Amino acid sequence: MERRDYIIRKLFMAVLTLAVVVVVDFYLFRVLPGDPVRAVIGRNVRISREAQENLRVQFGLDKPLHEQFFATLGQWAQGNLGISWSLRQPVSEVLLAKLLNSLLLVILGQTFSIVLGIALGLFAGWKRKTAVDVGALAFSLTMWATPTFWLGIILLVAGSSWLGLPTGGTLSPQNINKPLWEVWPDLALHLILPTLTFTIVYLGEYMLIMRSSVLEVLSEDYILTAKAKGMTHWQVLRRHALKNAMLPIVTLVALNLGFTVAGAIYIETVFSYDGLGKLFQTALEKQDFPLLQGAFLLLAVSVITANFIADVVYSYLDPRVKAT
Amino acid sequence: MSERWLLFKRSAGEFWNTFRRNRPGLLGAFLLLTALALAVFAPVLAGRDPSETIRDADGRPFTFASPAEHAPLGTDDAGHDIWAQLVYGARISLAVGFLAGFLSMFIGSLLGILAGYFGGWTDTLLMRLTDILLVIPDVPLMLILVASVRQLNLGISPLVIMIGVIGLLYWTSTARLIRSQVLTLKERQFVARARAIGAGHGHIILKHIIPQVLPLIVANTVLIVSTAILVESGLAFLGLGDPTQPSWGTMINFAFSRSAISNGAWWFYLPPGLAIVWVSLGCVLLGNVLEEILNPRLTAHHLEGDEKMVARQEAPSAEASSASSHL
Repeated sequence: MERRDYIIRKLFMAVLTLAVVVVVDFYLFRVLPGDPVRAVIGRNVRISREAQENLRVQFGLDKPLHEQFFATLGQWAQGNLGISWSLRQPVSEVLLAKLLNSLLLVILGQTFSIVLGIALGLFAGWKRKTAVDVGALAFSLTMWATPTFWLGIILLVAGSSWLGLPTGGTLSPQNINKPLWEVWPDLALHLILPTLTFTIVYLGEYMLIMRSSVLEVLSEDYILTAKAKGMTHWQVLRRHALKNAMLPIVTLVALNLGFTVAGAIYIETVFSYDGLGKLFQTALEKQDFPLLQGAFLLLAVSVITANFIADVVYSYLDPRVKAT
Repeated sequence: MSERWLLFKRSAGEFWNTFRRNRPGLLGAFLLLTALALAVFAPVLAGRDPSETIRDADGRPFTFASPAEHAPLGTDDAGHDIWAQLVYGARISLAVGFLAGFLSMFIGSLLGILAGYFGGWTDTLLMRLTDILLVIPDVPLMLILVASVRQLNLGISPLVIMIGVIGLLYWTSTARLIRSQVLTLKERQFVARARAIGAGHGHIILKHIIPQVLPLIVANTVLIVSTAILVESGLAFLGLGDPTQPSWGTMINFAFSRSAISNGAWWFYLPPGLAIVWVSLGCVLLGNVLEEILNPRLTAHHLEGDEKMVARQEAPSAEASSASSHL
């Protein structure tokens, strides 16, 4: 397959997925009782009917639904995601303020779990059916079966009572609003437990995929050839197996981004970590629908984009996708 | 008919012979069956109504009483028996997990069979749909779906909403698996022969395709159930469960939001979490083993054993030729 065709196909899928997300996100929140007018008047019932009607016209709510859809789409494209009901601030500003914290947590957690998962998976696949393999497998399956938020609670209790780590938030109260270069040790301290939870939760999955991928690669004929040339196991693994076995991980990282978002919601809720996940949970609790709508859009767009980037990277890594 | 029965008995016997030697599989079955027993015999095992408040002589509730003091697993913030809640919670968690799992199994198998059997644009359409669903972040999507359906006040129980939403989102892996099986099945001779003697699509699917993929569907359902139980616990933890019928996830939500952690009441949040791990681990072990037996993959690879190729035992090349297909 030619790379250009491959990328065009993936781009088409990304745009299609995006379209589905946008349509669902718009219409889902339109069938709900209450509309943007409520955002402005809140629970103030003394606003007259005419004033409400005027607002309705102002918001374009008197127009047919599909016209509203395209109007909203235009606003979204300009970064205007409406006003949060509970915070009375533009949704886009609220989201941007939390994005960095979430990215920090997600990138740290993913990096640790990917590196450890690949190493462990390689080892477990190579030493198949030994104690190391069985142990790693048991660990992965147990962690897969463990609810993320519950693991977070356990680590929270253990870490705070035995190691004296902070129980939540991103910074200690006295350090809020200070410049980052002064408070980074405090930030790091707050990041330990959430990152640890993240790493443990996703480590098992990467390990399992890497292991089965290693098993598959090691059964290929070229491995037998390499071994027949007299290479040691370690040489075979490093020169022939590792690179090929890692290909599925690229796809998995991309596909996992959606689950990563779920992990972020649970972990940030448990550790009251000030990111998008916690924001999503708060919006849910307060039934702040514009905020939910905007947060879902941002999360979905990020995941779709990252997925597409991973597909492009994959096309360069996998020699089976040829360059023109 | 009797010949069929004999055939079934023989293959079931073979299956059992493989299965009973498989320790992870047996462990999984044990974990799952004990949890099911807990749910079925809840009224007998609970010993007390979960909504009953345990009080002292003056009528004040025992709040956060530690285990064995006034109740086997202690009490919660309102003096309710945790053990009774745990036992009755098994019913909710398992019911939601199994029903959602069955729903997605049904959707996934149906779409997988249709896509695989008919091919063409049906296949393209369904596979593109699964591609799209795979990329959209699942938990946020479920959260906004559940929240909006509840907002509509249709009078549907929160548990039913949860079953519907989970069931409607987790069929993609089943659909892909069943599709790939059907793709190979429909090229087999018995299908070609059935078609040659004039069998219609409906007959071929019902009589030849479904019986062949059914075992795999069962194995996959067990895996989907574990996902559904975990997802349910997550949604319930975020407060989307039914507070009047608490599942294990709802219990952890109560514990978390009603300061069980700062009160050191570990008996409030540890047991429900362990119960979730217990059941979902049981399902994963059982499902993996069933799938392995029904759909065997590679048995050995080239770097097993000694570094020297001329080993004491025979070369592994014969076993290795059964390596699984490429990705």
